[in-house]
Amino acid sequence: MTNNNIAISVKDLTKRFGDFTAVDSITFDVRKGEIFGFLGANGAGKTTAMRMLCGLSYPTSGSGTVAGFNISTEGELIKRHIGYMSQKFSLYGDLSVVQNLRLFSTIYGLSDSETKKRMSAMMKRLGMDSMADARVKSIPVGWRQKLAFAASTIHNPEIVFLDEPTGGVDPVTRRKFWELIYQASSEGMTVFVTTHYLDEAEYCNRVSIMVDGRIAALDTPAALKEQFHADSMDEVFRIVAKDAQRTE
Amino acid sequence: MNILGSLIKKEAIHIVRDRRTMFITLVMPLVLLLLFGFAISTEVNNIRIAVVADRHNDTTRDIIQALEVNSYFSFEGITAADDVDDLLRQSKIDAALILRPDGNKLPCQIIVDASNPTVAQAVASYISGVITPSSDNVIVTRTLYNPQMKSSYNFVPGIMGMIFILICAIMTSVSIVREKETGTMDLLLVSPVRPINIIFGKLIPYFILSCVILAIMLTMAYTVLGLPVSDSVFSVIGVSLLYIILSLSIGLLVSAMVSNQVSALIVSAMLFMVPVIMLSGMIFPVDNMPVVLQGVSCIIPARWYISAMRKLMIQQVDFAGVLNEVFIMVGMTLVLLAAQLGKFNSKK
Amino acid sequence: MNTVVNISGVSKTYGTIKALDDVSLTVHEGEMFGLIGPDGAGKSTLYRLLATLLAPDSGHLEVLGLDIVKEYRQLRKLIGYMPERFSLYPDLSISENLNFFASLFGVSVKQNYDLIAPIFSQLAKFPDRPAGKLSGGMKQKLALSCALIHRPPILLLDEPTTGVDAVSRSEFWDMLATLRKFGITILVSTSYMDEATRCDRIAMIDHGKILRTDTPEGLVAGLDENLYNAVSSDMFRLLAGLRKLPQVIDCYTFGATLHVVGSEDFRATDIKRKLEAQGISDVDIYPAKGVIEDLFIKLTRNDQQ
Repeated sequence: MTNNNIAISVKDLTKRFGDFTAVDSITFDVRKGEIFGFLGANGAGKTTAMRMLCGLSYPTSGSGTVAGFNISTEGELIKRHIGYMSQKFSLYGDLSVVQNLRLFSTIYGLSDSETKKRMSAMMKRLGMDSMADARVKSIPVGWRQKLAFAASTIHNPEIVFLDEPTGGVDPVTRRKFWELIYQASSEGMTVFVTTHYLDEAEYCNRVSIMVDGRIAALDTPAALKEQFHADSMDEVFRIVAKDAQRTE
Repeated sequence: MNILGSLIKKEAIHIVRDRRTMFITLVMPLVLLLLFGFAISTEVNNIRIAVVADRHNDTTRDIIQALEVNSYFSFEGITAADDVDDLLRQSKIDAALILRPDGNKLPCQIIVDASNPTVAQAVASYISGVITPSSDNVIVTRTLYNPQMKSSYNFVPGIMGMIFILICAIMTSVSIVREKETGTMDLLLVSPVRPINIIFGKLIPYFILSCVILAIMLTMAYTVLGLPVSDSVFSVIGVSLLYIILSLSIGLLVSAMVSNQVSALIVSAMLFMVPVIMLSGMIFPVDNMPVVLQGVSCIIPARWYISAMRKLMIQQVDFAGVLNEVFIMVGMTLVLLAAQLGKFNSKK
Repeated sequence: MNTVVNISGVSKTYGTIKALDDVSLTVHEGEMFGLIGPDGAGKSTLYRLLATLLAPDSGHLEVLGLDIVKEYRQLRKLIGYMPERFSLYPDLSISENLNFFASLFGVSVKQNYDLIAPIFSQLAKFPDRPAGKLSGGMKQKLALSCALIHRPPILLLDEPTTGVDAVSRSEFWDMLATLRKFGITILVSTSYMDEATRCDRIAMIDHGKILRTDTPEGLVAGLDENLYNAVSSDMFRLLAGLRKLPQVIDCYTFGATLHVVGSEDFRATDIKRKLEAQGISDVDIYPAKGVIEDLFIKLTRNDQQ
């Protein structure tokens, strides 16, 4: 660990598949408690980079730490200290709300007493007591999303990775979800999030934009808008990603 | 027809580009034939046999001599009646023959280790085969059509019955269901192509693939496995083609029943493969089954196909001899196809 | 103006779920018509009905004057349909896919190439690449080319921009704009509210019901009234603070600012003072311009409680 205030730190991180360089020497830090937006065009290398940060694949070269663990050697430890939620895989529809939470806390290796404590805290906080035994597929999408977030943070991880958590969701639910993110971040959790909705990029403390495997821009939304003389993050993204050469 | 042509071409590309599946479908029949034909054999060889005889006469001597020279037996000597049980228990012999000559008559007893009933049955019949020519009891058993009771080509009908269900039913249903899953089926339905063309665009390529496999299997059976070649070859081909069409309609049925590839595979395997192996007579003779199962086996297409193939390939009967089976299979095909063409309609 | 799509009183139920609830719509010839709503709102069901893949439980749908139930056969020659997922054959190459779909309609790629040229030109460089190896944006272009190859007078695009990045999305809308020169009527659905402004008219749909149908300008007219931006250094606290005030009807994040829907007696200076009393001092409040998303939030807010 280099610095107590750093949640994620990578240096010259590179991943090659054959002669294709998916992630090309990226370097950045994410501070503890920060909401870090990780944007990029399709095929820019976001997913590959994220997999390395989550300990699911090893870098070809370069180094980095996530939650204080080395991404090249301590993948298993990283997995225990992070949460992960994606739009595609989140919950088991045939299990009830409580069963889902219990399952995830078992997966993350919480003890029985811890599970009990965390679960009742989560249920109270989400205000979901009334639907504790409802099957997840029968509850409204907004609740489902909150629950997915709760499940991925049941073990109180230092960092939570959110992979397009709000795709296809209605504007009201989307916003409620972001309020949940704000709350988690204000309590000290680091949030690493990808999205295609560029208005959501404005909610991040800092945003990076990947183009062709490299980080083409990284700063606060306000600074990026100033740098590119743009009115919105949408415009910034267009300017930065316009010159992208490669596609998936 | 142009549209049908391009549907077939498209399907052919799917088949050919999926190298691994292609390889398995072509090689698996060969492997199965060789495996059942040579490695896994129900033929019984080297039967260790002991003889118990209080007295000897010409007949007993003849029998012992016959056992000694017969390549199916390994003669373990003459032993006392009391020792037979021990020898069998210790697995030192597989069978014992007890001869009690009484004048001109020769009452005899065959004792066989029946821990494997199939083997025991074969052993008993071999032994009777050795005794009968020498005895005066005029029971003349002749094993017809397959005199040495060779099992190498006995399995050919069963394997063919299984392979075609596998290729036609599973592959066709999976390929249709895959298009449902990816949404391309919607695009086909939304185009002016008639549903019947979509069906034939699926069936014809797999029919052709099955014909190739049929050719490979028959070539193997008639050359390497030494199945006798006769006029019945044409009937064999004809009935097989009918069976392939029947299997294809089963594939259609499955594809209409399920909505994803995994269930297509499971339904085809559980609903069609398992009964083919267990109930069609491929391994266990239908006549030995309980009446209820015999009834169930009647609705299994492979039962009729395997039965027809046995008659044609091994008994070498002519086409008239399998008319019954053929009619049943034609009936099944028509019912299935009619149901499917009606069902495979444009709207839900 | 000729009516190309006429939907009246259509309902469709799956089990206990009402996918469409008494939906009525008309789309005119040459129009770019947007169907905007979140996932599960009923958009895809409506598309499957229009594409003649489903029949309604009740109500009546006509496309190009043809009934989708009785005259589906004639209709299928005239529709270009692009389903939600870009449905292509992944093991077939780009040109094989295109030729295959052309042959289904009995046309050759050559005779209609002028129509797809602007879309297809990028793909034409590597015709032998399998469709499964293309990026989201490329797949989307190929799927659109395939849907257009028989020169349909009406194009049904079901969420063509889902899962595609912002740059490719905006390129896609540019392509659609070029297609209008050919007089093709386009019905496009999306869950991205910001894309709505690229349509001539929009229907907003949620929970199987059409909330409102109008031009983008018509929809947002009147929304600006009592709509304000609010910013401060701690947005989360500001949001919580504003929600406590009785003059605030609704308050939600909106890009870099918060949008505040005020009541009649909402006065910016007054509100700022009240926030300062809560300890939030660096607040700026100024009028906001309402957009489609504000309307959607306004219309759906009540169901969500």
